[in-house]
Amino acid sequence: MAERGAVPNVPKARQRALHAVRSLFSPLLPDDYLELINPLWSTQELRGRIERIDQETADAVTVLIRPGYEWQGHRPGQYLRIGVIVNGVHHWRAYSLTTDPGRPDGLIGITPKLVDAGKVSPYLVHRARPGDIVRLGGVEGTFVLPDPPPPRLLFISAGSGITPIMAMLRSLDRDEALDDVVHIHSARTPDGIIFGEQLRELDSRRSGYRPHLRITGEAGRVTPAQLDELCPDWRERRAFVSGPGEMLDALVGHWREQGDPELLEMERFQPVIGGNGVAGEGGRIRFIKSGVEANSNGGTPILVAGEEAGAELPYGCRMGICHTCIGRLCSGEVRDLRTGEVYGQEDEMVRTCVNAPEGDVEIAL
Amino acid sequence: MTTTATAPIDTQIQSPLAHLSEEQLEELGREFDAIRDRVMAELGERDRRYIESMIEMQRRLAVLGRVLLLASRNRSAWWAGTSALSAAKILENMEIGHNVMHGQWDWMNDPRIHSSTWDWDTASTAEAWKHSHNFVHHTYTNIRGKDKDLGYEIMRIDPEQKWHPVYLAQPVYNLILAGLFEWGVALHDLDFEAIRKGKKPMPQVKRELKGIVGKAKSQVVKDYIAWPLVSALAAAAVDAGIEARQNRKQPRGLLGRVSRRKRGNRWTPVVEAAVQCGSRTFRQTAKANATSNIVRNVWAYAIIFCGHFPDQTYTFSPQEVEGESRGGWYIRQLTGSANIDGSPLFHVASGNLSYQVEHHLFPDMPSSRYAEIAPQVKDVCERYGLPYNSGPFLQQLGMVQRTILRLAFPGGEPRPKPGPYRGENGNGTRG
Repeated sequence: MAERGAVPNVPKARQRALHAVRSLFSPLLPDDYLELINPLWSTQELRGRIERIDQETADAVTVLIRPGYEWQGHRPGQYLRIGVIVNGVHHWRAYSLTTDPGRPDGLIGITPKLVDAGKVSPYLVHRARPGDIVRLGGVEGTFVLPDPPPPRLLFISAGSGITPIMAMLRSLDRDEALDDVVHIHSARTPDGIIFGEQLRELDSRRSGYRPHLRITGEAGRVTPAQLDELCPDWRERRAFVSGPGEMLDALVGHWREQGDPELLEMERFQPVIGGNGVAGEGGRIRFIKSGVEANSNGGTPILVAGEEAGAELPYGCRMGICHTCIGRLCSGEVRDLRTGEVYGQEDEMVRTCVNAPEGDVEIAL
Repeated sequence: MTTTATAPIDTQIQSPLAHLSEEQLEELGREFDAIRDRVMAELGERDRRYIESMIEMQRRLAVLGRVLLLASRNRSAWWAGTSALSAAKILENMEIGHNVMHGQWDWMNDPRIHSSTWDWDTASTAEAWKHSHNFVHHTYTNIRGKDKDLGYEIMRIDPEQKWHPVYLAQPVYNLILAGLFEWGVALHDLDFEAIRKGKKPMPQVKRELKGIVGKAKSQVVKDYIAWPLVSALAAAAVDAGIEARQNRKQPRGLLGRVSRRKRGNRWTPVVEAAVQCGSRTFRQTAKANATSNIVRNVWAYAIIFCGHFPDQTYTFSPQEVEGESRGGWYIRQLTGSANIDGSPLFHVASGNLSYQVEHHLFPDMPSSRYAEIAPQVKDVCERYGLPYNSGPFLQQLGMVQRTILRLAFPGGEPRPKPGPYRGENGNGTRG
């Protein structure tokens, strides 16, 4: 089955009323009819309506969304899985929430940056309009501001790695807790600083907030060695870092050698990987339910490889027409043996009889 | 009917692919694959809008029908409501249910419109039907003894099937099947032959039976209890209101008390009116719902029987298809199926199963694309000297009924087959 949004927080009375009349609508649900009036009324999956889209930089926007039901809440720094329809197809992506949970208007926001080869970000950045409906999945992530917040903080971010940090800053600001925060942020160009305006405003309003903006296109990247100069007491601060993998690796190494790794929290910000694997490379298949592992040379379908390894798998026509054999792809990519096309997203349903693994995959069968 | 065969008919119909070499079969397979790949690659927003609007229309029709039937004691409302509900049920089963459960819309990755989650308003459970239809019927199409849909195990629809005296009754149970088609299909999904031969484990049979009982229960509750009750209550409330209003016009005071003493409790007529009108409406709504179910059943039966049983279609022996190539598989689907000519509205009402040929070539291609690829399929048929079976609805249905009548008795011969397709106006050899 394709991925669904989170189960919304439906008031009990409404749930009971809908349940009482469900036999009038079987095999559908009353929901299926109510949706015709307002898609946000679905009690099956949480949806939201885009209220506003603010341009942050040339290639990043903040999308403010009103959830269909009372917002479940989140902790500053967490991310949200969001589902949008692009050219007829549902796609799901995770984005850090950039709004803080205390907003009185109840809106939640994400701030996607355009990834040229991507599917979802071009839609959100260029084509989404206020009024569009999106699907809202669960809120996840352990990169969060502790409650109560530590007295002395150090934030290090780069590029769109600033997004979870922004939610933390806003939350601290709202709670009057922005007392002693050093923030080192890097961007390639001055125009490319996401939330540049907000950071400056925060700087002028809160004396406890000390930002250091680094334009890497002019001044080069911040190196761990420069920390002593930018934030001499970095060893004593609770640090939150978010950005590209190389930066994180360098910082982790630095904390391990010279600081206290216990005080370092990080969010691995990963750009969408665009390139496909080499055609027909094959790979290892792990069937999650049965625990069986199998190998395919790239030409053997997942189904056949699994059967040869002793897995009991559902199958029908074995030629890609009947959809009996579908399994949920938990990780990795597959190659359609009929077309040579490589594809695969987490939670996508794939026909095991006509697809071979392209690299290592996990299937929920 | 244009049966003009004068030459003696061979009892052994020649295989439709006998004139093709292995290389040609392979090339044909590639051509059909290419048609499929082209369409599947360009699926997008337009296709999504099609199925979304179809589902929306179906739900609006269902609501319209149910609302009209709140006034089912009114003749016009009864007819209008029954028509709307029948149309909704037909759309729900054919253009939506059948096609969604084939996986035609799975590419949208939409959990609401997905073969793994869809359930339909019919007696078959989604799971059992997907097995007997998507797998058994679509894989073994028209292979005698393997395609269980060939005569649905209870009818002799092909002269090669052995005659048995029980078939003498098939003209009668054919009619019963038409009216109760959904129940016939549900029982057929159980696969009695497999049960008899012990090929199906008993727990599975039990589970499937329980599934059918569950589906039956929800249909009975919805169509024969819940909605009739809702309309009865609505009508009773209206009638009680009218009666109470008239009651109020009765004189009050001393005069009124005297006249009421003569007539009894002033609320008695109100209750009587409500009960009488309520029970009448209950019966009328139940009747309307039963009619819609039967209309849907007969329509589904007619369209589906026209798919594989008209004279033009070929059947195959298991030996014939041994080691079948991809091209051979395509030709079996092509020649084992027959289209129905009709207007765009007719195609939608038939769930695009009037493009049975295209559907069997590409069962998981969105149905809205069949009309578009039909000319390409015809072109392949013309170039490879293959038939492209099609005919008007009543002609096709007539052939099927003739076969059912004829084959109730022993003997019978395969009907003459059309020759190769020769373009839009060139084919004069239609069966």
